[in-house]
Amino acid sequence: MGKMKFNRRKQIFSVFIVMIFAIFLLPGAFASKQVSGNKEALGIKLAKQAVRANKRWTTTDHAKIEILKQDFKSGDEITQACLSCHTDASMQFQETIHWTWKVPSEKEGIMNGKAGHAINNFCISGNNMEDKGCLSCHAGWNGTKGEVNCLACHGSEKFNYKEAFEDLKAFAGDDDPDTIEITKEIQAEINNAVSKITMPQRENCGECHFKGGGGDGVKHGDLDTSMAQPNKNLDVHMAAEGANFSCTRCHTTVRHNIAGRLYTRPAAAERKSLIDDDMASKITCESCHSNMPHKQASKMNDHTDKVACQSCHIPEFARVNPTKMWWDWTKAGDLKDGKPYVVKGEFNKPTYKSIKGEFRWEKNVKPEYFWYNGSFSNIGIKDEIDPAAIVEVSHPLGDKDDPDSRIAPFKIHRGKQPYDKIYKRMVAPLLSGPNGYWTSFDMNDAIIRGNKTLNVDYSGEFDYVETTYAFPITHMVAPEEKALDCNACHIRENSRLANITGIYLPGRDRSTFIDSIGLMAVLGAFAGVMLHGFGRFFTRNGKKE
Amino acid sequence: MVVQKITKIYLYTRFERLWHWLQGLMIIMLLITGFEVHGTYKLMGFQTAVNVHNFVGLSWVILFAFFVFWLLTTGEWKQYIPTTKKLFDVIFYYAFGIFKGKGHPVQKSEGAKHNPLQRLAYLGISAMLLPVQMATGLLYYLYNTMPGTIPLSVLAVVHTLVAFLLVNFLIIHVYMTTTGHSLFSHIAGMISGWEEIYESTEIQDWENKATKKT
Repeated sequence: MGKMKFNRRKQIFSVFIVMIFAIFLLPGAFASKQVSGNKEALGIKLAKQAVRANKRWTTTDHAKIEILKQDFKSGDEITQACLSCHTDASMQFQETIHWTWKVPSEKEGIMNGKAGHAINNFCISGNNMEDKGCLSCHAGWNGTKGEVNCLACHGSEKFNYKEAFEDLKAFAGDDDPDTIEITKEIQAEINNAVSKITMPQRENCGECHFKGGGGDGVKHGDLDTSMAQPNKNLDVHMAAEGANFSCTRCHTTVRHNIAGRLYTRPAAAERKSLIDDDMASKITCESCHSNMPHKQASKMNDHTDKVACQSCHIPEFARVNPTKMWWDWTKAGDLKDGKPYVVKGEFNKPTYKSIKGEFRWEKNVKPEYFWYNGSFSNIGIKDEIDPAAIVEVSHPLGDKDDPDSRIAPFKIHRGKQPYDKIYKRMVAPLLSGPNGYWTSFDMNDAIIRGNKTLNVDYSGEFDYVETTYAFPITHMVAPEEKALDCNACHIRENSRLANITGIYLPGRDRSTFIDSIGLMAVLGAFAGVMLHGFGRFFTRNGKKE
Repeated sequence: MVVQKITKIYLYTRFERLWHWLQGLMIIMLLITGFEVHGTYKLMGFQTAVNVHNFVGLSWVILFAFFVFWLLTTGEWKQYIPTTKKLFDVIFYYAFGIFKGKGHPVQKSEGAKHNPLQRLAYLGISAMLLPVQMATGLLYYLYNTMPGTIPLSVLAVVHTLVAFLLVNFLIIHVYMTTTGHSLFSHIAGMISGWEEIYESTEIQDWENKATKKT
């Protein structure tokens, strides 16, 4: 009996040990992600260092510059005043895509850019700058002619110079004291605006880039007027209570060439951080956050070689203002009493315009995901298309086996637009101006005129084809806690990466064969032991009572 | 039928019991979290499942190394040497004899803790399934740091297949514990270390030879 007692004690002891082990094991497992919880993630630490000294300072007060106090009569005169000190500024700027709207492509004789052979599925083409409607965004005082308008990007005061100079012109020579007084006032306003020189602010860039495609939020999806003063929920980098970045904090500049342009070449040739190279461009997330941005030993860090940061950290775009997702040119041209009209729908946005066709707008849009090496394939006006398929006018390039490609989020703008039925090419109808489609409502005539601006033949017959245009989603980075959950992608049904095939994605993928035989084996074992158990029960283990 | 007197022998040492239950707990945790990571169901969330799975999996590999060391130094590995002697007797017992009230053909002893069928099963599990599972699991875990070795899809499929086999084993193993003198006597034995055997049973020499402990 004594032995039995000792035995009982041992028994309790061993159960106790097992339980202690279990208790140690469980919380350890749950806490494994918080092991380094008190330490800041490397990516945050590095980024804070990179932007620690964020106050720019200057030795020049433009309000004290004599040449800026003259009576300006035109924009060109202002620019000449700028150039008297900044001698090479125009020369530099006029070589950039911001001025030319053209960029050589890899294809022989093809120019990309909206003034080149590129087309999109919004207003389709810039028609070699002949479409004057586009020129309101061109950074010159008078379209492509004359001087660069330095103040479009460097003026902090929003001021209507065009109107002011027109007024001055109208009042010139009038010696009525009231007129002279008004003239003086206008002149003072101009001088005041001219003296307010700045590094480009969000409002400067946003004037065109928030409103690309002819209105707020039409094009990008991650850039609209809500980004002028975003809160931290919308954009952690640009929010006043966040990092309070201006655009140029990341879009760094060399000789007026601004980093971040994406056409056939990536925004950054190499993926490196400021640790690797302190002169590296700051255009990528990795520049400041490094390629190990998450907490040490976090599984998330294993993603950075294949998944772009944006894929998880921008769960949805157009989170404040809606963005245009569909533009159907086939519906354009319907008139009421011979006049064009507009129908407004949800979000108080037009769903129909006689001059443009049918639109669809969406808010809080889930991006679509593709392999992306930083560049795009483009269909230009000289490329042959297959009208039977959806034409990818612009589509991200990349491949799962390319070490420089990662899965990145995109806004895909879909629509229907005209193409040349005989030559099987996209066409570039001229829209604005006295002979443009918006006045004539004659698509065939508009295509004839538009293609002529680009010296591209047109057969005279057109039809419509469905097209897609891709925009990288990279702004509107949400706070950490709003980043996508693992099972947005790692899930059997409705994975966000459902179209990313040819890889094994845990949680989404499986071998149905292995799963079925595995399940059959398990069910078989279960049925077997049940049967065996029933057998023992009914034979009472063969014992005869 | 002869009524046999039941006696108890101390069969499983404290370390063996501790290891058995700890490993069982870890395997069950790994199965639960593993099949969630596999996408079979949603329970604690993918991220938690992955973290728990990784932590327990790595702990298991480390503890398993200690266990193997213990097996080798104590000579207990000889308990797993497979044999065909009495193997078919045991199979026939579970297939037929058990329903007829026949006695188990092999009795447990300190020198032979496992019957021939158990030896075969446990050797298969410990020497084949578990190492394969640990190896594929480790390669899966380290996939990002050592890419290009074996495709993730292959690792994942093998890892899943073995997981199914382990579930299989678990079901049969748990069921077999109910085949003792009473439904829970085997489980009680694995908890206390004292296993019930029939006093009159003869333990053959070859069965004990394994560990030379008499």
